[in-house]
Amino acid sequence: MRTENQKFKSVSTENVKPPAVNIGLIGWIRTNLFSSWFNSILTVITVYILWKTIPPFVQWAFIDSLWFSTGAECHEAGGACWSVVLKNFRFILFGFYPHDQQWRPLLAMGMLIGLLFFSRNRNHWNIYLAYSWMLGLLLMGFLMKGGILGLVPVESIQWGGLPLTLILSVFGLTAAYPLGVMLALGRQSRLPIIRSLCIVYIELIRGVPLISLLFMSSVVFPLFFPEGVTFNKIIRAQIAIILFTAAYIAEVVRGGLQAMDRGQYEAAESIGLNYYQTMRLVILPQALKIVIPPSVSILISAFKDTSLVVIIALYDLLKTTQSTLTNPEWMGFSAEAYLFIAIIYFICCFFMSNYSRRLERELNRSNR
Amino acid sequence: MKLVRFFFMSMVWVFLAYGLVFAGTLNDVKAKGFVQAGVNGDLFGFGKPDEKGVWRGLDVDTARAIAAAVFGDANKVRFTPLTAKTRFTALQSGEVDVLTRNCTQTLSRDTALGLDFCQVNYYDGQGFLVSKKLGVKSAKELDGATVCVLPGTTTELNVADFFRANNIKMKPVVIENTAELAKAFFSGRCDCLTSDASQLAGNRAVSPNPKDYIILPDIISKEPLAPAVRHGDNQWKDIVNYSILAMINAEELGITSKNVDEMLKSNDPKIQRFLGVTPGNGEALGLDEKFAYHIIKQVGNYGEVFERNVGVNSSLGIQRGLNALWTNGGLMYSPPFN
Repeated sequence: MRTENQKFKSVSTENVKPPAVNIGLIGWIRTNLFSSWFNSILTVITVYILWKTIPPFVQWAFIDSLWFSTGAECHEAGGACWSVVLKNFRFILFGFYPHDQQWRPLLAMGMLIGLLFFSRNRNHWNIYLAYSWMLGLLLMGFLMKGGILGLVPVESIQWGGLPLTLILSVFGLTAAYPLGVMLALGRQSRLPIIRSLCIVYIELIRGVPLISLLFMSSVVFPLFFPEGVTFNKIIRAQIAIILFTAAYIAEVVRGGLQAMDRGQYEAAESIGLNYYQTMRLVILPQALKIVIPPSVSILISAFKDTSLVVIIALYDLLKTTQSTLTNPEWMGFSAEAYLFIAIIYFICCFFMSNYSRRLERELNRSNR
Repeated sequence: MKLVRFFFMSMVWVFLAYGLVFAGTLNDVKAKGFVQAGVNGDLFGFGKPDEKGVWRGLDVDTARAIAAAVFGDANKVRFTPLTAKTRFTALQSGEVDVLTRNCTQTLSRDTALGLDFCQVNYYDGQGFLVSKKLGVKSAKELDGATVCVLPGTTTELNVADFFRANNIKMKPVVIENTAELAKAFFSGRCDCLTSDASQLAGNRAVSPNPKDYIILPDIISKEPLAPAVRHGDNQWKDIVNYSILAMINAEELGITSKNVDEMLKSNDPKIQRFLGVTPGNGEALGLDEKFAYHIIKQVGNYGEVFERNVGVNSSLGIQRGLNALWTNGGLMYSPPFN
C-alpha cells in the first residue's frame, strides 16, 4: 500500500531501499532462520549437528576414500573403500548371469526403463502402448532366457541382482494391482459366497508376514510335488509377492470405493448401466483416483519388500551385495556397499512417489 | 486344528515316502543332464560366487567332482544357494540332488531328517584365535582370559565346557554380531576369539596385521562337514561317497590333475584299477570306467582342492590339520579302490 502511495505522490523521488537487514541474504536468514528465539535455538543446534557430521563424512567418503584399490589397500587406508562396489560392480548388479552375456540383462533393463519413461506421459496411454508393453516384456523375457537366435540359454536360477529385483517388483506390482481391485470389488459384492471368500483371503494374507509366505512358497509347497517336479524358485517367490501385495491393495481400493457418494451408484443405475458398466465407467475411475497416494505407498513398500527374498536365497540386489561382503578381501566394508544399494533403492522409490504426485496433479486439473 | 495338522503331516510323509520308493537319483540326473547341488553361497572357501559370478569353494568342487564322475564333465552341475533353514527341505523335496553345504553330520540329522551323510569332506572344529603377544601355546594356558564369543550358540556352550573341564577360569565377552565380535577382538577387548576354526582363519586373514595372530592348535569340538543325499538311494550315495574318496585316494597315490595322464601308463595295479585302465570299479558304481580319471583331471585330488580353496596360500590360510591324509597324521583315509 505504502509503495503505491509513494508512487502517486512523487514520481521523481529516488527509490529508498529497505534497511539492509531486511533484504538479501541477511534478510532471508532473519526471516527464515532467526524469526523467534525458539527458531534461533533450533537453527544453532542444527548448524552444530551439521558441522559435526558433514565434514567428517565428506572426509571419509571423498577425501580419504579409495576408488580403484584392492581390499588389502583398503584395510590399511582410513577412508571409505568404494572399491568394494566398483570391483564387484557386475556381480552386485547381475549376480550369476554369465559374465560375457551380461549385456543382455543390461539391454533388458534399458528397455524396461525406457518403456516406463515413455508410459509416464498420459497422452501415450492407448492400445498401442499396451501392445508395446506386451511385446517389450516378451522381448525382455527372450533376452534374459536366451535359447533362440543364437543366444546362449541362461537358466532363471542364474538371474540375479538388479534385473531380478526389477522383475520381481514390476511383475509383482502390475499383477497385484488388478487382482487387488477385483478383491476389493468382491468384498463389496452382494453375493455372499464371493464376499466371504474375498474377506477370508484378504484377512488371511494380511494376517501373516511376507516372510512366512515366502517360506511357505519355497519350503512347504515343494514337499507336495512329486519328486523331480520342481517349480521355478523365482516364480514361487513372485506368486507369494503378488498374493501378498494384492491383499493390501484390495483394502486401499475398498477405502476408495466406500468414499464414493451413494448418489454416484444411484445415478449410474438410473441411466440404466449394469454392474460392470457402473464400475468401469463411473465408480472405479473416481475411486482409484482418490486412492493414488495410499496405493503408491503400498507399491513402494512392496518394492522394498522384494529384498526379503534373500531369506529363500534368491540373489536379488541386496543378496548379491551381502554375498560380496562375505569375501575376506572385502569384509568390513559394509557401509560403502549398503550405501550404494540404498541409493539405487532410493532412486526407484523417489521416481515412483514423484510420478504419483504428478499423476495426482494432472488428474485433479482435468477434474476442475 | 488337530485334523488339519494330521492331514498336513500325512501329506508331507506321503510325498517323502513317494520320494523314497521311486528313488533313482542317478537316472534322474542322467535324464536331466546335470547334477543339481545345494551349496552355501555365503561362505568363502566353501561355497561362494566370485566377482564374476563363478562358484568357488571346497563344497563347490566336491559337487563338480560328482558331476565329473557321472558325466565325465565337471561343468555339468548347477548350484542352488540354500540358507541354513531351507537346505534340508530342498534336499527332501528333490529340488537338489546332493547337499554340499558345510553341514555338520550329527546323529539326529542323519536319522530324523530322512537324509544320509556321505564321506566327510572337511573336518572342522571350534578353536581359539589369540594375539602372538600373549605368548600362549595352548588353550589350556588361557586361565583367566577374556573370551569373545557369539551368544546362544553351541560355541558358547563348548567353550564353557572346555574351561570347566580343564579347571581354568574365563570371562566371556558376548557380542551378537559376527563382524562386531571380530572387531572387538582385534581392538583388544578380549584375549581370545573362539569360533569354528575355518571361520577364525577368515577373521585372521582380514585383520589389520594377520601375522600378529595365531590360531591355537586345540580344537575343542567336532564338526565333521559332509555332503548329504536323500535316505534310501544307496547307489547315489555310493557315487557321492566314491567321488570324494577318489580325490582322497588320488592324493594318497600321488596322482594330481597335472600328472594324471602319465599315470594312465603306470604299471602299478592299484593305479591301473583306480584310473579305470583295469575295468571293474566304474561298472560296479554304474558309472563310466574312467570316472576317477575325469575327477582328478578336471577337479584335482583332495590336496589340490583343499589348497586352492582354503589352504595356506589362499586368503583363508588354513593348515591341513585334521584334513591331512592319514599318512600325515590327519583323518583323510580312503578304502582301497578294488
